[in-house]
Amino acid sequence: MPIPVVYNFRSVRARWPSAIVAVLGIAGTVGVFIAMLSLAKGFKATLVASGTADNALVIRAGATSEMMGAVTLDEVKIVQDAPGVARSGSQPLVSPEVVVIAPFPLRSTGTDANVQVRGVSANALLVRDQIKIAQGRFFKPGLSELVVGRNVPGTYTGLDLGDTVRFGGGTWTVVGVFDAGGSSFDSEVWCDSRILDQVYKYPENVYQSVTAHLTSPAALQQFKDTITADPRMNVDVSSEIDYYAKQSTRMTTLITILGGVVAAIMAFGAIFGALNTMYSAVAERSREIATMRAIGFGAPSVVVSFLIEALLISFVGGLLGCLAVLRLNGLTTGAMNWQTFSHLAFAFRITPALLAMGIVFALVMGLVGGVPPAIRAASRPVAESLREL
Amino acid sequence: MVRVDGNGTGSALIQVRGVDKNYSRAGETIHVLQSLNLDVDKGEFIAFMGPSGSGKTTLLNLLGGLDLPTHGSITVAGDEITHMSAHKLTEWRARHVGFIFQMYNLIPVLTAFQNVELPLLLTKLSRSERRQHVEAALSIVGLADRMNHYPRQLSGGQEQRVAIARAIVADPTFLLCDEPTGDLDRKSADEILDLLTRLSTEYHKTILMVTHDPAAAERAHTLLHLNKGVLVEGAHLDSVAGGVA
Amino acid sequence: MKFGGLLFANLFRKKIRLLLTIGSFAAALFLFTFLAVVKSAFSRGVEVAGADRLVVINRTSIIQPLPLAYRDKMMVIPGIRAITHANWFGGVYQDEKNFFPQIAIDIENQRDVYSEIVMPDDQWKTFLNDRQGAVVGARTAKRFGWKVGDRIPIKTTLFGGNNSWEFNIDGIFHNTKPGGDESAFWFQWKYFDENMPADYKGMVGWYVIRLNSPDDAERVAKAIDTEFTNSNYETKTETESAFQAGWAKQFGNIEFLILSIGSVVFFTLLLVTGNTMAIAVRERTGELAVLKAVGFSDRAVLVMVLAESILIAVIGGSLGLLLAAAAVPVLGSALNGLLPVLVVSYSTLLAGIGFALGVGALSGLIPAFGAMRLRVVDALRRV
Repeated sequence: MPIPVVYNFRSVRARWPSAIVAVLGIAGTVGVFIAMLSLAKGFKATLVASGTADNALVIRAGATSEMMGAVTLDEVKIVQDAPGVARSGSQPLVSPEVVVIAPFPLRSTGTDANVQVRGVSANALLVRDQIKIAQGRFFKPGLSELVVGRNVPGTYTGLDLGDTVRFGGGTWTVVGVFDAGGSSFDSEVWCDSRILDQVYKYPENVYQSVTAHLTSPAALQQFKDTITADPRMNVDVSSEIDYYAKQSTRMTTLITILGGVVAAIMAFGAIFGALNTMYSAVAERSREIATMRAIGFGAPSVVVSFLIEALLISFVGGLLGCLAVLRLNGLTTGAMNWQTFSHLAFAFRITPALLAMGIVFALVMGLVGGVPPAIRAASRPVAESLREL
Repeated sequence: MVRVDGNGTGSALIQVRGVDKNYSRAGETIHVLQSLNLDVDKGEFIAFMGPSGSGKTTLLNLLGGLDLPTHGSITVAGDEITHMSAHKLTEWRARHVGFIFQMYNLIPVLTAFQNVELPLLLTKLSRSERRQHVEAALSIVGLADRMNHYPRQLSGGQEQRVAIARAIVADPTFLLCDEPTGDLDRKSADEILDLLTRLSTEYHKTILMVTHDPAAAERAHTLLHLNKGVLVEGAHLDSVAGGVA
Repeated sequence: MKFGGLLFANLFRKKIRLLLTIGSFAAALFLFTFLAVVKSAFSRGVEVAGADRLVVINRTSIIQPLPLAYRDKMMVIPGIRAITHANWFGGVYQDEKNFFPQIAIDIENQRDVYSEIVMPDDQWKTFLNDRQGAVVGARTAKRFGWKVGDRIPIKTTLFGGNNSWEFNIDGIFHNTKPGGDESAFWFQWKYFDENMPADYKGMVGWYVIRLNSPDDAERVAKAIDTEFTNSNYETKTETESAFQAGWAKQFGNIEFLILSIGSVVFFTLLLVTGNTMAIAVRERTGELAVLKAVGFSDRAVLVMVLAESILIAVIGGSLGLLLAAAAVPVLGSALNGLLPVLVVSYSTLLAGIGFALGVGALSGLIPAFGAMRLRVVDALRRV
């Protein structure tokens, strides 16, 4: 029968300063680990949420992002007539869009950040049916009106509902706020594409991208094939989800690599801390251990006992780390999307899966930090330890 | 009956034959025990005395299965322990030996009750059965009212009594005591010795005790001297008070 | 010296614990270095910005161009030493992942404005005479294994016109500023402009101005922006460091993140080592008491414990710094151009050693004082 667990509980409590050190080391590591991963997850989620399965994006062939290319009006017409395009009445649900960036001052620093401004047509909300007006209303075509994503008023100064703002040589009024479900659109500013063209002096018949709402996700393949086969078209067609998933790769890679290195180093430190704590526990309690072995508890019982103690400490550390980092969940921060050079607001996204990973990580550290001392505890000659003063 | 000449009949509870124990230290070999023989019948109470470094504790460790001799054999209740695997030896020890140490060696974070209960966790007894045994053992040593105290809340003498309760709770074949009164004042020491005497006379426990204390030696039936690795039957009980041979 | 001998003997008492504590320090200093390097990379733009340089962009949006004609209008403003212009190219070399900045430059003035760029004269001369020529920073050249004489194809979709471009590598440049950019790919603006569709011809992405003196920055910037107010292409002029700082701020609260992590590590490390030292001292209470009984002064014991702690910290810290210095280049290549080049500067190393010393001293302080105030009588009884 194993050594009673109450022994481990009480022993940890008796040596609490040392235990706290190990707990904090592990908590810190788990916290950083989860924070980094949730940052990357949040960034990716924001972008991926921007796409829906039944929307397709058409941009210039070879362009790495919407802003980097041009689609002509003729090409837009071909898209409108392509098979698989959903219709509202007789109107094809296709939105040709002008995409630019414009500087607006950040609330947090007062300096300018580049915001993605999207010139759309009146049917934009029909094409992107997961986006809804949350406050105010959509802009009236032909007017210098803006409707902004829900993250915009909080991130920038001067873009609240009702504000008037100057940019691009024109004066605009913010007439509405839309909710795009936590996707990258929530960081965008929308207006009439015609007006935007005028202000930015873009040629009228050229757009940056075309978004088509399809009858169903299955319709994508036929839609894509028809368009790319057409010799008049010089475009790339992808599902919206794929496009946005690709967009997130650079930043996600950066965060993951940086975060990974930090977490790995901290893990080393935490393991060292745990090892230290456990080794000194073994040393301090060598007489107790020898006594129990003299009584008849075998080496395996001793090993298991110390492992349980190490796991106990690391579990508490992991729990603490998770709790500490939970406060970050949903906290929005902003960063530049390297692919579009525009500012993107996104939130830390901590999922139960991530928390579970954190706990497992903690337990693994506890194991690594507990096994060598446990083995030492069980293998020292009993007679020697009993005699030790 | 106790013999040290190796000519026992083979019916003794504990039989030691031709035991050598050597240590290597800094390249030299130290012969701690040399061709030691010992026969101990059930119910005996033996005191081992001898100068420092004579190997008394070593002998106790061998008898208790905490160490193995370099040569020779040790048989207890028919089991030859010198050829047992470490695992079997551990099991054997749990079943047959009760240890009492000079430094009590109680687990500080466990209560008196839990300390005494420890050996019983190695048995198949149920929780309530264990409780019965623990309470009985603590009653015998007179500490039933201190069951839930921690070692730090007990005096030295009380701690040793808890240790004795732990040693007897699983009803082992014999008790090994290493200087049980070494750390106690005279009064407490006498209380402990009274207890050991009771265990011997009332409960017929087999007790092997290493001691420096003449008063302790006095309580035993037989006194054996360990000198230069060899056991010699000591002077008769009456003359011990007169001085150690 | 006897004291030193005692010190070392104590150190090696428990080898495993010693190794573990050294390891903790090494890990912490490794992290410290890594964080310092990353922070520096993020703020590199600001660090290497020229104090005597201004950046002029279109006020409406950084992606909007400015007319080439503005150059002459600005040149007359007093205090200006040289003006260069450039356009962002944004092409793709083989794979989107192989990102590096490609810029069409004004070959006559570029090096006057960016005097920290150096390369062999003959290479630069060849470039000047080669319409399709390009010079590239040493870091990018090394990354792709380019040599002078290579022909490089680059695809772009940015402009309606020609899709696939080819350039001759005529030279490889270095930057004399520590940490300065060596990743850019420069080619001739005139070649760029030739191939632009009519609507886009004669337009510049941005101007960079070199001033005679940094003191003129505010005056000249104001003069430029005033000159072009209410025109079709309004300008926004600021110093290069302000420009870079604004850019860096868009990266988000990276500095805040780094500082918080740093504090977490520092605090934890202090605890770990402090605790270790405390345990070690507690174990040796008897010995220390004997030392005192024998005649070592209280002060001597304090110094001994403190010295041990600091020694461990310095050994572990140096190990961590060395490992980091070796690992940083590997990390840099893993990031594949996502960040500016990662540099371990001397100031970082110095700061690291200081940090290690500080933590070593601090964590050894409490146990050392405890050891110093130990009363021999209590200690000897405590067994």
